[in-house]
Amino acid sequence: MATETHEATSACVNSSGNAVGMPQLCGDWFGNQIFWLAIALVVLYFILSRIALPRIAAVLAERQGTITNDLAAAEDLKARATEAEEAYKQALADAKAEAQKIIAETKASIKEDLDRANEEADTKIKAKTAEGEKKIAEIREGALDAVKEVAKDVTAELVASMGQKADGRSVSAAVNARMKG
Amino acid sequence: MRPARAETKGRRMATEAQGADSGGLLFHPMDQFIVRPLFGDGAVGLFTLTNVTLWMAIAVAAVFALLVLGTSKRAIVPGRTQSIAELAYDFVRKMVEDVAGKDALPFFPYIMTLFMFIVFANFLGLLPMAFTTTSHLAVTVVLALLVFVTVTVLGFVRHGAGFLGLFWITAAPLPLRPILALIEVISYFVRPVSHSVRLMGNMMAGHAVIKVFAAFAPMIALSVGVGILVTPLSILAISAVYALEVLVAFIQAYVFTILTCVYLRDALHPHH
Repeated sequence: MATETHEATSACVNSSGNAVGMPQLCGDWFGNQIFWLAIALVVLYFILSRIALPRIAAVLAERQGTITNDLAAAEDLKARATEAEEAYKQALADAKAEAQKIIAETKASIKEDLDRANEEADTKIKAKTAEGEKKIAEIREGALDAVKEVAKDVTAELVASMGQKADGRSVSAAVNARMKG
Repeated sequence: MRPARAETKGRRMATEAQGADSGGLLFHPMDQFIVRPLFGDGAVGLFTLTNVTLWMAIAVAAVFALLVLGTSKRAIVPGRTQSIAELAYDFVRKMVEDVAGKDALPFFPYIMTLFMFIVFANFLGLLPMAFTTTSHLAVTVVLALLVFVTVTVLGFVRHGAGFLGLFWITAAPLPLRPILALIEVISYFVRPVSHSVRLMGNMMAGHAVIKVFAAFAPMIALSVGVGILVTPLSILAISAVYALEVLVAFIQAYVFTILTCVYLRDALHPHH
């Protein structure tokens, strides 16, 4: 509350300290307000233009720079990752090709060995067959001679048992003739 | 003349409030705008330290705290205060750039000064017992005239007589142009008036309304029957008007600043 003893110090305030009309229109106070406003604005302008705004601008620029750098670094890392993946794929493809080559080579060499072995086996089999056939022929030859011998002996015995003297030469001639027939 | 009017006003209020001096309702919604010396009861001279000085100093200190102390760490990842400082910076800078154009950026510190001062003065004025510096015509007129003079001088310096092309609308038919020019000239000179009165009026009106409702609030102490209804209603009204004032405090600072940008654009590019 305004003091009752308050003397009106301005035409805009009555004796009990209350405003008369609109204080905004009180000319007595204009000078004071304008003076202090001017000081406030000048001080504020210097604070902002000398300290605050350059500082904030620097901070924002620095942040922008950091972000740009980070993005570039990320881009770089990504490129390197792609490169590594590319290399890995290449290595995989190479390894696969190598494996295929080795498989083909091994197959070829195995086939060669097999063919050679087959051939050898064939020749051996042929030789054995020929030998066998020869033996069989020999045995057959031997057998034929034995049959002739037996036939001659049997014929001679037969003739002797019939009471006639067997002529060895004619017996063998007869047996030979029969054998041929 | 003035004291007489005040006396009749006082009498009217006294009868309404059943005796203002005997503890009745006190209607002094304009007392909050009185300029007082900080020390003593003397008259208010040009250099007297007054509540104007105090609250302008607080506004400057608050801006300093936000924009200088708040950014002292210069953090790449900003903290809360620094975020707000950067937000304010970006907000005003974008406004200047979008509305007035890139070549208006040299005026950015000036416009930032206006915006920060007005927005802080407005919000500080919303504190109970505070003094709202921007509710005074002397203050807003100086702010508006600063803009008006800057813009006019800038227009003539940049474009010489070509700045007058602002008033000569070549898009209009020739016979209409002198009439339009007259209207444009009048509207140009009305600018500082509307620019200043808008801010001052908005700041003053809401504060006065709050005080009026505040005067009704103790009604319950006088008469329980009437007060039971009036007191809660007036408290509700104070809250509502206060909320509106918070909005207005920002919007008026914004409007003042964006109009400054618009005037600046006219000075830089007078040809529509």
